[in-house]
Amino acid sequence: MTLEWQNACKTFTDKKAVDNLSLEVSEGELLVLIGPSGCGKTTSLKMINRLVQPDSGAVFVNGRDVSEVPATELRRHIGYVIQQVGLFPHMSVADNVAAVPRLLKWEKDRIDDRVKELLNLVGLPADEFADAWPSRLSGGEAQRVGVARALAADPPILLMDEPFGAVDPLTREVLQREFLRIQSTLGKTVVFVTHDLDEAIRLGDRIAVMNEGRLAAVAAPGELLLNADPFIRDFTGEDRALRRLARLSVGAAIGEATPITAAGFSGGGESGAPAGSVRTDATLKEALSMMLEAGETSLEAVSPAGRRIGKLTMEDLLESAAGTEAS
Amino acid sequence: MKRLIGPVLGLASMAVLFIPGILDPVLRFLFPGAGEWVFPRASLLSLAAMHLLISLTAGATAAVIGITLGIAATRPAGRAFLPLIRDASSLAQTLPPAAVLALAIPFLGFGFEPVLLALVLYSVLPVLNNTLTGLETLPEPVLEAARGMGMSRLQVLMRVELPLALPVIGTGIRTSVVINVGTATIGALAGAGGLGSPIVAGLIRDNPAWVFQGAMASALLALMLNALLKAAEKRLQPANMREV
Ligand SMILES: Nc1ncnc2c1ncn2[C@@H]1O[C@H](COP(=O)(O)OP(=O)(O)O)[C@@H](O)[C@H]1O
Ligand SMILES: [Mg+2]
Repeated sequence: MTLEWQNACKTFTDKKAVDNLSLEVSEGELLVLIGPSGCGKTTSLKMINRLVQPDSGAVFVNGRDVSEVPATELRRHIGYVIQQVGLFPHMSVADNVAAVPRLLKWEKDRIDDRVKELLNLVGLPADEFADAWPSRLSGGEAQRVGVARALAADPPILLMDEPFGAVDPLTREVLQREFLRIQSTLGKTVVFVTHDLDEAIRLGDRIAVMNEGRLAAVAAPGELLLNADPFIRDFTGEDRALRRLARLSVGAAIGEATPITAAGFSGGGESGAPAGSVRTDATLKEALSMMLEAGETSLEAVSPAGRRIGKLTMEDLLESAAGTEAS
Repeated sequence: MKRLIGPVLGLASMAVLFIPGILDPVLRFLFPGAGEWVFPRASLLSLAAMHLLISLTAGATAAVIGITLGIAATRPAGRAFLPLIRDASSLAQTLPPAAVLALAIPFLGFGFEPVLLALVLYSVLPVLNNTLTGLETLPEPVLEAARGMGMSRLQVLMRVELPLALPVIGTGIRTSVVINVGTATIGALAGAGGLGSPIVAGLIRDNPAWVFQGAMASALLALMLNALLKAAEKRLQPANMREV
């Protein structure tokens, strides 16, 4: 399923919330919408499931103008997750997850199976959580239920509005990682709203930056961090060169295709390598830190198994930070 | 101590209603000069049954009207009428039921109907107010989630709004019923019977023992209904809120 905003505008009283937004999301893509608070992210997102009606312009789902699809019909096939979760407090976790399948009049057995499957998928064992009440859940657990509920009827499109914004940073990282795992198997078309740049860089196939209702830039994370536009430069921060390094592996910088390991996801890559050396699956940001710590301008690069691969120099880092993303 | 009050009151009420002679010695002791003690024209039980019928009919009518108006006034199309509905029901509650009764009798005649009208007007407000409060204070994210997942307006109302507002609405209904049980004593003025009959007769004939019987029985009835409805409300409440 593809999505598209075509010259979409929305004004609330005298405030232009969304100003001529044109943007496409391709099938299976995870697009992150980011920007300062009040820049129009939520309004843009809600245009897709018709919670907001654009004043002019249009939104298309799979080439079809959403204003021509009955709102309830449209929404039952678009998963929707919001920051405040909005679980139904008078329904058990299982009934919350079953909500959309019930609207779609699935058979009871099918719903039961699906609820179990989904709770397990989001890391909440069905035996333990199916009958729990939302008021008993921790923030992270509630948010997982929110994701399970949105995925219940297997919608091809998922809209997520700061879904992990209300949980503590540690839980947020776990949720992000798990969401990436789920998304890698499900391959939904996702629009993910956040105001957290790290989250955007971690999750996004592409990142669309909004400012005062307008689309300021849209690019893959690596490119965005090189964008010279003053607003984007400011938005991506003083340390954006470090963010760039954090996305690249030591292996890639020395011409050895090594992905950053799961352990390196949070930048906490267990190097486990002897002094003066760095593992090829560590990030360049970690390598830089090691160099600074050791007062060296080069490190031995070793494979995760401990085999010597080559030398990583400060030149390599400068080159990587300057652009040409080796991916 | 507090746990005993309910059962003791319940037993006392049962005894008073179902064993006609039981009050006689008490009344003789309390009102030695009354001359006649137990109200002779009808048993307290049949008076209480009539009383209950009047007040529950009025309570149910007020509940239906109050809830319907409350729902209508919180829909997008009805929101414009919200202030009007609020004002009208507040006004209705400020009218003394006895005055309404007196004004209605020439049009509706004596009996059940004018009493019902007076009681309903008097007791719509608590139901309406609580329905409005219950529906207006629902958490916005929950409603947005409901709409966002594709529930129709009616589904949002039936599956989310009303179940969540039910405890508050239930309290309004209870208040209204209790008000009705107390106020239904005016039914005797229109010849509708009920526990007001011994009160009115006692006032006319200067017999405090009769007044006492009617007043006490209607008070006990109100207390019992209040307790019953409270228990029902607890059962209606979603399990999650009950536990916490
Ligand atoms: N329903 C609404 N009524 C009035 N103004 C609104 C409404 N929704 C959003 N706005 C305004 O539109 C702008 C964009 O809001 P929003 O899309 O929620 O921003 P974001 O999600 O990026 O923080 C804000 O200035 C906000 O105050
Ligand atoms: Mg927002």
